[in-house]
Amino acid sequence: MANLSTKRLELSKDKIFNIVLGFSAIVLVLIGVGFFLSLFNASIESIKKFGFSFFVRDIWDPVQEEFGALPFIYGTLLTSFIALAISLPFSLAISIVLGEYFRKGLFAEILRYLTELIAGVPSVVLGFWGLFFVVPLVRELEIKIGVPPYGVGIFTASLILAFMIMPYSASIGKDAMRLVPDEVKEAAYALGATRWEMIKKVMIPYARSGIIAGVILSLGRALGETMAVTMVIGNYHGIPENIFSPGNTIASVIANEFTEATGEVYLSSLMYLGMTLFIITTVVNLIGRFILKKLQH
Amino acid sequence: MKNFKSAILTLVSTILLSNLLISQDKELLGAGATFPYVLYSKMFDAYYKQTGVKVNYQSIGSGGGIRQLKEKTVDFGASDAFLSDDQLKEYDSPVLHIPTCLGAVVITYNLPGNPELKLTPDVITDIFLGKIKKWNDPRITSLNPDVKLPNMNITVVHRSDGSGTTFVFVDYLSKVSKEWETKVGRGTSVSWPVGLGGKGNEGVAGLVKQIPGSIGYVELTYAKQNKLPTALVKNKKGNFIKPELSSITSAGKTKIPDDTRVSITDTDAEDGYPISSFTWILVYKEQNYKNRSFERAKQLVKLLWWIIHDGQNYAEPLDYAKLPPEVVKKAESIIKSITYNGKPVYKEVGIK
Amino acid sequence: MGSYKLRILKSKIISVFLTFISIVSTIPFLLVLYFIIKNGISVINWEFLTTLPKPVGEPGGGILNAIVGTAILILIALVLSVPLGISVGVYLAERSNSKLAFVSRLVSEILQGVPSIVIGIIAYLWVVKPMGHFSALSGGIALGIMMLPLVIKSTEEILKLIPREIKEASLALGVPYYRTILKVIIPAGLSGILTGILAGTARIAGETAPLLFTAFGNPFLNFNILKPISAMPLLIFNYAVSPYEDWWAKAWGTSCILVIFVLFLNVTTRLISKR
Repeated sequence: MANLSTKRLELSKDKIFNIVLGFSAIVLVLIGVGFFLSLFNASIESIKKFGFSFFVRDIWDPVQEEFGALPFIYGTLLTSFIALAISLPFSLAISIVLGEYFRKGLFAEILRYLTELIAGVPSVVLGFWGLFFVVPLVRELEIKIGVPPYGVGIFTASLILAFMIMPYSASIGKDAMRLVPDEVKEAAYALGATRWEMIKKVMIPYARSGIIAGVILSLGRALGETMAVTMVIGNYHGIPENIFSPGNTIASVIANEFTEATGEVYLSSLMYLGMTLFIITTVVNLIGRFILKKLQH
Repeated sequence: MKNFKSAILTLVSTILLSNLLISQDKELLGAGATFPYVLYSKMFDAYYKQTGVKVNYQSIGSGGGIRQLKEKTVDFGASDAFLSDDQLKEYDSPVLHIPTCLGAVVITYNLPGNPELKLTPDVITDIFLGKIKKWNDPRITSLNPDVKLPNMNITVVHRSDGSGTTFVFVDYLSKVSKEWETKVGRGTSVSWPVGLGGKGNEGVAGLVKQIPGSIGYVELTYAKQNKLPTALVKNKKGNFIKPELSSITSAGKTKIPDDTRVSITDTDAEDGYPISSFTWILVYKEQNYKNRSFERAKQLVKLLWWIIHDGQNYAEPLDYAKLPPEVVKKAESIIKSITYNGKPVYKEVGIK
Repeated sequence: MGSYKLRILKSKIISVFLTFISIVSTIPFLLVLYFIIKNGISVINWEFLTTLPKPVGEPGGGILNAIVGTAILILIALVLSVPLGISVGVYLAERSNSKLAFVSRLVSEILQGVPSIVIGIIAYLWVVKPMGHFSALSGGIALGIMMLPLVIKSTEEILKLIPREIKEASLALGVPYYRTILKVIIPAGLSGILTGILAGTARIAGETAPLLFTAFGNPFLNFNILKPISAMPLLIFNYAVSPYEDWWAKAWGTSCILVIFVLFLNVTTRLISKR
């Protein structure tokens, strides 16, 4: 008799447990949905006033209450893609070196550590280092070339971004390379390929989707990066004339102006920007992860 | 595992409980202007040592002070841009301006040898409009015949955040230049034709310090503390005035309205520095909003009274000008009008 | 024959070249580390670690408020993300194929990629505005949301690796389901879960953006989570963009502490996951 009632008690405890688990999953989903809804709600004023033209207007004037996202979208895309271009050769090299030449051993471990640890350095610290180390160097370069010696600007921001995103594409690329089956590699050797030819003509094409996924995920990271960029980009509300000009990204303009946007339309426009960034980074990240998932199966 | 969990739980709950028990009302939160930050930082440190009351002031720019007061997330806002009538209407309850000191917005720059330059209103305007692009432009060299000005590009540095310092500067430019007034206008955040943005007075000073050939506008203290040169500006009466205590005080000797909301830029005073300004602390007149306690209101009134009296002693060593006696009188009346549930608070804190 | 030798030579040269490039790519990190330690280590002394900041422009003082602030924020983030994260992770491992699992996995991935500034905006809208003021709580919540996906992911992954036989054996012995999970499965996966928690902590310890409009900053020591609080990354940001050399020095010192802390967590994570 006692056994039956304890059994029932345990059964209902199991039920509660399962409900709690499911509930936590629901909470998570609510958080995610809430993100989008809150951002949308906060952007309403700006959406009503500017609509889609928000994305193509080149004006940010709090006095007249006229806002447009174009300079920031431009700055965000410019810095992210330049950063990607700078980091790509390096992350590709690391993917190949760790994925094929040095798959085990001390050198491999050390190299792996060193490249991955930079991802652990806080963004604000990198920005700080950038201000004091990279900016003066870029300034020297600018003086030599003959452009205004700001030191800060799009180029500097892209450079630092490149350091920050390299570990992501390198790490995922390395994993992709290591997944290439031995049989495929041996087949290439059997056909007379040198090591490099095997890598270039067999491994890389085979691991292509993984490498691309890594690149896309680094892009996602670059698009949303805030602190390091804010500190070295120059905070200029316009479309940069060249890569040595100052500029602004969506993330850095929000960071700078959020606590002080004094008008309703002003604040709402910042939220509109935030929502835009949220959507862009989400799409990019999901694409990257989708490709990765396919790779793992 | 269980012990670990329960240890954490106990720790967390102890912290939470003890927090709620510690009196919350001996702490005031303010935010806003970076212009007077150096002074406020010193004042509040001294106030804490004298009274044990903590004042947490975050210098996020006057725009931030105005906004956070509106959101009611702070006890007081601080701004060098006084609220216009339109802006006042955006608050759901009357806001008072209490002046705390006078300061100057100086033109600072980074040139070899740190020369002391003379500049006129039209030259300053055109530099910031991007029309004058080089340091050895004839309009600048003609004003400074004794200085060897290099053939360098002028890099303009302005604020990237919402700033009262900006407001004072563009208010001045709007007064001396019709072109500026129509093209750019006044505000705590404007659409700058050219230049880089720095965060806070600190950020602008930092950038000017590091970029050769740059020019920016900052509060006097920031230039002095960072050993940056300041320009002599030609005032309305035709004199080139150096920004310093005496010239700032002169600029402050003008008729002030009872609510103290006044701009003193482009002053008529003979030896007044033309880009001077008061800076204010903004509070709601009726202090009982959002469940604020009476104790909090009392602390705030005490703090404000202290700032316009004992606090003034800290101003001059930091190159801020003290409030002239007439302004102190007006400020006293304003503080006395702060109410809680309609009743004046000052009577409850021992002020006569 | 000659062209074969050429191809082999080319292959060897390229391998050397690529290895060289990879080594070069570690230079920035080493430079950063060198710079931070060189500039920061001399600043760190007893006064630095145990006193509060002095007024603007005056030398001396320390960063105690920021150290305590970061500690409290991390604590709040842990309280939020660990129970919820493990819970969702268990759900995803156990009910892996349900629709809800698919959706929540998706949401977790989305959250992982959200820029930290956007999370800061959300925390402002959800906590600061309703509360009416800035607080450590809102900052901790923002950081907690950032940590959540990492805890969920590592929990799910490690639990999936645990052999089914263990769970089945426990159930066969009559241990109720919930007990099996709590007392058998989770402890078995502890190393993985801990890895996720440590990695998450390392991530949020250095985050600044979400704190800009939540924690807000505080020059005083503060243990009250309903009030604004300071944090090391916030301090670095404010000091770094200022023109005061004394503040720059303090920012280096703070960066040094942060980086050492984060590196320590990362290394610990790796050691645990090796087991």
